[in-house]
Amino acid sequence: MSYAVVVEGLLKRFGKTTALGGVDLTVSEGTVLGLLGPNGAGKTTIVRVLSTLLLPDGGRAEVAGLDVVTEAAQVRSMIGLTGQYAAVDEYLTGRENLEMVGRLYRLSAREARRRAEQLLERFELTDAANRPAKTYSGGMRRRLDIGASLIARPRVLFLDEPTTGLDPRSRLGMWEFIADLVGEGTTILLTTQYLEEADRLADRMVVIDHGRVIARGTADELKAQVGGERLEMTLADAGQLGAVAEALRPLTHGEPRLDAQTRRLSVPVSGGVDALAEALRRLDGHSAGVLDIGLRRPDLDDVFLTLTGHAAEGDEPSDEQDESATTVSAGANR
Amino acid sequence: MTTLAETVSDSVTITRRNLIKVKRVPDLIVFATLSPIMFVLLFRYVFGGAIDVPGDVSYAEFLLPGIFAQTVVFGSTITGASIAEDLQKGLIDRFRSLPMSRSAVLIGRTVADLGLNAISIVVMALTGLVVGWRINTSVGEAVGGFVLLLAFAYAVSWLMAVVGLLVRTPEVVNNASFMVIFPLTFVSNAFVPLESFPSVLRTFAEWNPVSTVVQGARELFGNVPAGAPLAEAWSLQHPVFYSLLWAVVILIVFVPLSVRLYVRTSTR
Repeated sequence: MSYAVVVEGLLKRFGKTTALGGVDLTVSEGTVLGLLGPNGAGKTTIVRVLSTLLLPDGGRAEVAGLDVVTEAAQVRSMIGLTGQYAAVDEYLTGRENLEMVGRLYRLSAREARRRAEQLLERFELTDAANRPAKTYSGGMRRRLDIGASLIARPRVLFLDEPTTGLDPRSRLGMWEFIADLVGEGTTILLTTQYLEEADRLADRMVVIDHGRVIARGTADELKAQVGGERLEMTLADAGQLGAVAEALRPLTHGEPRLDAQTRRLSVPVSGGVDALAEALRRLDGHSAGVLDIGLRRPDLDDVFLTLTGHAAEGDEPSDEQDESATTVSAGANR
Repeated sequence: MTTLAETVSDSVTITRRNLIKVKRVPDLIVFATLSPIMFVLLFRYVFGGAIDVPGDVSYAEFLLPGIFAQTVVFGSTITGASIAEDLQKGLIDRFRSLPMSRSAVLIGRTVADLGLNAISIVVMALTGLVVGWRINTSVGEAVGGFVLLLAFAYAVSWLMAVVGLLVRTPEVVNNASFMVIFPLTFVSNAFVPLESFPSVLRTFAEWNPVSTVVQGARELFGNVPAGAPLAEAWSLQHPVFYSLLWAVVILIVFVPLSVRLYVRTSTR
């Protein structure tokens, strides 16, 4: 299989900080690569180099077989880019935005109109097509932005944190749109802070931190490295943390993590909901005062804790954990 | 790499985009026209009595070319603020990732701002005619006067494009450009005769291109008082040539510089 994106030893410095310290990665034609990492890890820098917005200081990068430095102009006609902040002109209507970008991709006026119409329909923007983008919700803007990057049917699509800042409902919708694109054979490089997102959309993943690749593989391979699911709970009394960890020891296959500050306890388990049920049974007679207990699949924080020994800084904590947690009630329904 | 035809086509696309904004945000056009009307009325009726114009010309005739010049030069600062805004909103990134001409965003911007300036000048001219300003020359010369004003403003737009690409915050671009534009327009013959300046300021004012644009426009509209003393400075004796020379030099320096900055620019 041929590669749509090849990156070798990519280096980029901003003043004294090293944004990329020699990154290697490849994306096979027609697949999705999830580029994971916390804020400031270098994800966006990689996308900016690959989309010819930024010159690298060293190394080499090819998109669709073209060098991003020496053949930048040709690269631009092969790619679509959706940045972190929806780059739509808010004074133009949805349709005008798409037609403008289509024209700038050198489509004929007629073809740009036709494609704009198709994309408005596809991204469910037909009703809002003649309204200035200023009036759009965050999710609509993001859809319009992705529509714009698709107008000339790019061979390689870069999606830089396509769902950051979207509410959960828009995020789900966005995932469906991206999954459809994948089904049509578009090669996609997707950056995200959320393992769950990469899990849903990406064939392979590359995890970076401080400008270096720290892990790569499929979702399953990464999860195996991270160590599977964890049982997490919050206790009423921090003094009970040790006792509860001890009570659960037979269930776990690793070291529990205790945090007295938040009165939280997290232990690696296997066996899914059964482990949760067993834990509840064991804690039944215990006077620990469990306020909250749940089974959580590994997320990016776990990847980072496991791989680097430090948490993903700048990651938004509470929301994301809630979403990926299987709560007791949800577990009981299965 | 990009052909001339492609550059023109891309520039037209971008100009159209910028003009749609003018249509959708009426405030832009309101301020671009109201403030010059306000200036015309303020200077004509508040300062008009206090400012003595040499020769046999009304202050309205003396004033209007000055107001024209000041307004179009101010109008050009929009270029910088708009580019900074596009940078901030990530639109420049989008454009830079497209296979479009590398100069089209800047050409489309400056051309759209030229259009806005042309609208301002029409409104001001009409207001001027109401308060007593007159064109005393041929149609050809009068058209030449407007072209001179707009050509100089167009060059200033490219200078402002560089400011916008360097400064990147629309509010700061506005403040920074006012720091430069205010002295340039006030230390000139736009509102008061040069004879009233102390000697150092007077020399600056004589060679200030805003003065020569104003002087050139006054000549082309026939607003130079018949009995006015002849200018001593060479710049004011050949105002049209000297002003156009400035415009050409500004363009030669700032067009390539701004395109270069645009190509290299990056939001992080």
